[in-house]
Amino acid sequence: MSTLPRRRFLGLVGAGVGAGLVGTTSCGTDATGGGDGGGQMQVWVLQEEAQNVAHRVALDHFNQGSDTKARLVSYSNDGYRDKLHVAMGSDNPPAVFYNWGGGSIRAYARDDLLVDLTPHLNEDQAWKDRFIPSVLDAGQIDGKYFGIPARGMQPIILFYNKAVFRDVGVQPPKTWNELLAVTDRIKRAGIIPFALAGGDPWTELVWPEYLVDRIGGPQVFERIAAGEQGAWRDPAITRAITMISDLVQRGAFGDSFASVRWEGAGASTLIAQGRAAMHLMGSWEYTNQVTDQPEYAANDLGFTDFPVVDGGTGDPKAIVGNPTNYFSISKDTPNVDAAIKFLKDEMASDAYIDAWLKAGDVPAVTNLEERMDAATDPEFAELVYDMVAEAPSFQLSWDQAVERHLAQPMLDALAKVFLGQLDAAGFVKANEDAS
Amino acid sequence: MVAGVDTRTGEEAASDESPRPGPREPARPAVSRPRSWYLLPAALLFGLFAAFPLVLVVFLSFTEWEGIGDPALIGLDNWVRLFGDQRVLDVTGTTLLLTVLCWVTQTPAALLLGVWAAGPQRNRAILSSIFFLPLLLSTAALALMWQRLLDPYFGLATELGPLRNLLGTGTGAIAAIVFVIGWQYIPFHMLLYQAAARNVPKVLYDAATLDGASRSQMFWQITLPQLRNTIITSSTIMVVGSLTHFEIVLLLTNGGPGTATYILPFEMYIRGFRALEFGYASAIATVLVVLATTVSLVIVKFSGFAKMRSTLEGM
Repeated sequence: MSTLPRRRFLGLVGAGVGAGLVGTTSCGTDATGGGDGGGQMQVWVLQEEAQNVAHRVALDHFNQGSDTKARLVSYSNDGYRDKLHVAMGSDNPPAVFYNWGGGSIRAYARDDLLVDLTPHLNEDQAWKDRFIPSVLDAGQIDGKYFGIPARGMQPIILFYNKAVFRDVGVQPPKTWNELLAVTDRIKRAGIIPFALAGGDPWTELVWPEYLVDRIGGPQVFERIAAGEQGAWRDPAITRAITMISDLVQRGAFGDSFASVRWEGAGASTLIAQGRAAMHLMGSWEYTNQVTDQPEYAANDLGFTDFPVVDGGTGDPKAIVGNPTNYFSISKDTPNVDAAIKFLKDEMASDAYIDAWLKAGDVPAVTNLEERMDAATDPEFAELVYDMVAEAPSFQLSWDQAVERHLAQPMLDALAKVFLGQLDAAGFVKANEDAS
Repeated sequence: MVAGVDTRTGEEAASDESPRPGPREPARPAVSRPRSWYLLPAALLFGLFAAFPLVLVVFLSFTEWEGIGDPALIGLDNWVRLFGDQRVLDVTGTTLLLTVLCWVTQTPAALLLGVWAAGPQRNRAILSSIFFLPLLLSTAALALMWQRLLDPYFGLATELGPLRNLLGTGTGAIAAIVFVIGWQYIPFHMLLYQAAARNVPKVLYDAATLDGASRSQMFWQITLPQLRNTIITSSTIMVVGSLTHFEIVLLLTNGGPGTATYILPFEMYIRGFRALEFGYASAIATVLVVLATTVSLVIVKFSGFAKMRSTLEGM
């Protein structure tokens, strides 16, 4: 083992290799670096207009009472992580940045690039108590808090188009067998049973996540995430993958799902237009529909729990998805104090919570019942809130939970399952080969 | 006679020269060549942005590094892994397939369009500038545009009927990438051929016309041989360029469906930025550099381009 002086090495690499690579892929709105000069701090978020309304509310409010001005910088989902990774390795990281907790910041926490928020939270118990403990804890790395919940809780929900269900004459499925029956009837009516943006395999991951949990409970994946030998060979994995292959063969996702990309909202538009009947997707799907297809969101957007699998031992109340997104603070910025103040003052403020509720998100704060009136759709907000409150477990998305180098092989193998190129045994083998 | 290998004495060298008759070569004026420090700006830029990162990448290929923190030297581990990696082999196969397909589709199209654009036809200038437009757009914008156009439900692909799932099949996705790359770069190669075709001396065609040659005969017997050096230049750019396409794959297919459109630069990106295995990614990058250099050297060597013989010899 030998090492180089880190800063100098990183500066060189940042200039020469990384910047050129990333410059081509990200679609930055304004700034190209994380510069925080002159009483200004950057807050990095994704380029999602519907969601950034709430961030702007927080920033505007903060800027009124602060000498250090916060500025929102957004990048498209495709390039955000690369951009962030290069910036975190440079001398100029963003003061505050949006992340997914877990694997998305583990490397930064290990390398001591983040502000440990644990003492600040313990010091200010009232602040800490504002957040739902299970969600706040889900952002922990090695027992320390590195992120404050920065948007809604995002369980995966089974969305359905009420108008299509009415026309075909079916009810939302409660069990897997019902789901298969509903799928067949909808397909016979000439409608795609499930919208799916299969061009981006993470959208397919929600299926094994739920099925494995329903069949074998949360511990099946916990063993995989912990890197246990032979964990992928659990019969629950094999059964779930076989069920998915069967579903694909039934035509549950139409014949062209592999060409549909997530960016461009193809899948969401299909269900909104009634050309697809269901969509297994995160709660952000609802937020997007409220913005993009307000009429559908107001009238025909239905939602329900993922069905129970016969003979499965998992709790039917268990959920999967992203507990929430977090804001973390870089240690190496001149504005650490201002950044902490920003998170303290704004992340649980009434204005911020109301803005999220209005955008269709359900923030991970306690006592949300009092503010439910601000929600565009209180029924949906309550469903999400209750789902999280009642869930015995909230499994973080698999691609976020496993070590980074195992995520892509897993997604590639799953994509091949959906394409009919791999069976359950092949899927297990591909994942074992990668680890 | 090359200085430095000349071990003979000055006398011998002088006597070697003496029997040769004819006028002495005039001494070259000292100021006719730029001083060597004129090279400095170019050498600095090249060193900083090409040579140095290259050395760095080779160095990184012997380390394990997450992109932040300190790279740890691990010897040949990445290289041992690379040569036993079936996946890298598959990806290299796809890369070579893409390279061949790009050359096979782009060369004839660019050549014909270039020769056509060199002619005196009416509207030629206007049409040529329209053909040229795709080259002016950024690859990222093009890839995103085609991605939307190829959406099976809301894009133009809807009109393709059973073929609308183009990006969802391995063959279709590769075809789509080849098409979009061609769409963007054929104009550039067309420009090369246009310039070269204009340089073909008109007397050759006049003579051929007198001899009663047909237009296609003139193309095969005069234009094509005259364009030989340009074909080699264009092919080298095309082939080496095909080894480095990245944005188009990332944005148009994301390597999919499955792993059907993974090519080496994309695999390098996945290993580096998604898996945070920058050491292994650097090993792949080194392979790419070696591959691209070898391929261009081979093209130059076997095409006789190195001799730089003018196509106008004997004229």
